[in-house]
Amino acid sequence: MAIKLPIYMDYHATTPADPRVVEAMLPYFTEHFGNAASRNHPFGWEAEEAVDKARKQVADLIGANAKEIVFTSGATESNNLAIKGVAEMYREKGNHIITAVTEHKAIIDTCKRLEKEGYRVTYLPVQKDGLVNLDELKAAISDETILISIMTANNEIGVIQPIAEIGAIAKEKGILFHTDAVQAAGKIPFDVNALKVDIVSITAHKMYGPKGVGALYVRRRNPRVLLSAQIDGGGHERGMRSGTLNVTGIVGMGKAAEIAKAEMADETKRLSALRDRLNDRLHKGLDEIFINGSVEHRLPHSLNISFAYVEGESLLMGINDVAVSSGSACTSASLEPSYVLKALGAGDDLAHSSIRFGLGRWSTEEEVDYVADKLVSVVTRLREMSPLYELAKEGVDLSTMQWEAH
Amino acid sequence: MAYSNKVIDHYENPRNVGSMPKDDVNVGTGLVGAPECGDVMKLQVKVNPLTGIIDDAKFKTFGCGSAIASSSLATEWLKGKTVDEALAIKNTDIVEELALPPVKIHCSVLAEDAIKAAINDYKKKQAADQPAAGAAAQPTA
Repeated sequence: MAIKLPIYMDYHATTPADPRVVEAMLPYFTEHFGNAASRNHPFGWEAEEAVDKARKQVADLIGANAKEIVFTSGATESNNLAIKGVAEMYREKGNHIITAVTEHKAIIDTCKRLEKEGYRVTYLPVQKDGLVNLDELKAAISDETILISIMTANNEIGVIQPIAEIGAIAKEKGILFHTDAVQAAGKIPFDVNALKVDIVSITAHKMYGPKGVGALYVRRRNPRVLLSAQIDGGGHERGMRSGTLNVTGIVGMGKAAEIAKAEMADETKRLSALRDRLNDRLHKGLDEIFINGSVEHRLPHSLNISFAYVEGESLLMGINDVAVSSGSACTSASLEPSYVLKALGAGDDLAHSSIRFGLGRWSTEEEVDYVADKLVSVVTRLREMSPLYELAKEGVDLSTMQWEAH
Repeated sequence: MAYSNKVIDHYENPRNVGSMPKDDVNVGTGLVGAPECGDVMKLQVKVNPLTGIIDDAKFKTFGCGSAIASSSLATEWLKGKTVDEALAIKNTDIVEELALPPVKIHCSVLAEDAIKAAINDYKKKQAADQPAAGAAAQPTA
């Protein structure tokens, strides 16, 4: 089979919408265009019915009740609403929030803002494998703690946190537990009751749905979670999120959730086999490459590898017909290497040398082989012109060398 | 990030990749940058003891495409120059030649630093070697 270039292998960033999703959405742009809040005519009723169906589909994906789903514009809004909404609502109870250093910026920056407003935030470090240490979590809890927010799976390294264990700790202490499940939802089994989570952020475009629509699961009993709305207006979504519902997007998200649930087992099997094939082929072709984050606790479609002695952006330049991401400073807007990889303690140089591979619904064996072979040849070429590789081969310990910072 | 054609050309066909013996008295070596900053350049010049002209230049670079291109270009420019002419190469010349965007200017600065470090290393070696200069000038091959 001929390979179509460029190859998309950045499914953590976003996914194409599944054609079945698009098909489900189309009638809601034109034929059934009503406002779901129009209670007095059939146009509104149709829209509301479609939203209700989608609400059920999304709820089913995570073992929730449809009434517990609040639709938003995406995961960033969901995360903002979860954290700010809890912080504001439970201010009387306490002012302390616990999260982790490897969280998405939508969590970290939201917490930073709250710190300016007088809240106290603990950013838990992670271990070498990217997992938070449960003893450190327990030690961080105080009487003032109102919220624990730990992501289910990391967007850069694909590592899955011990959510059920954290949920049990939070429950025992009577602290609300939020998880950003954007990368995990639709990819791995996720049940809000089994995991004892109270608030969950998810988004459609990471699971083959459209961009611009997400959801927040907000538990209704045991405990009943209340959130301070962050957007004021018509009181939609149980008063937690005003704004005319994005009916087409919501329909798409519902369909995407339904497909993800139905096909999860097969897809997991297929993608983890492809991921292992990619990993094996890279390891066969190259020495001194390192997987970032736990191999065991990892999303099935996810692989993050550091290619020692080679800088990430130059690596991307050599595989310019393959869409992947790097933790290199040069590829980030901030010109800082990935804070997630830095948090693993592997050294900044390995962060600069990292590539994130994200496989997905349309990834093929041929694509995996093409990407692996191309990387082997580009890394080999770049190492031949790497002074670090040369020094390492001469037996110099790079970590003890004195570098002239500039 | 869009690269200029010249950056792409140097990345795909780097000139003068390689290494020369560090302990050769006529070879000056500059190693600048740091792995944790994401770029390290090693630049070497070999000066003809009779003419004082740079006969050969080699580089190895760990860094982005612009860093590779900056050092590759530097080696091209160094060949045929005297030591003093080499010291006159400015990072802005590299920026201009490669059409580097503002976020990549540090790559050219690093290349200039590498040139200076290599020349200084050469000069230091020459100074240390003075008493034995007569012996070193003997053909060795």
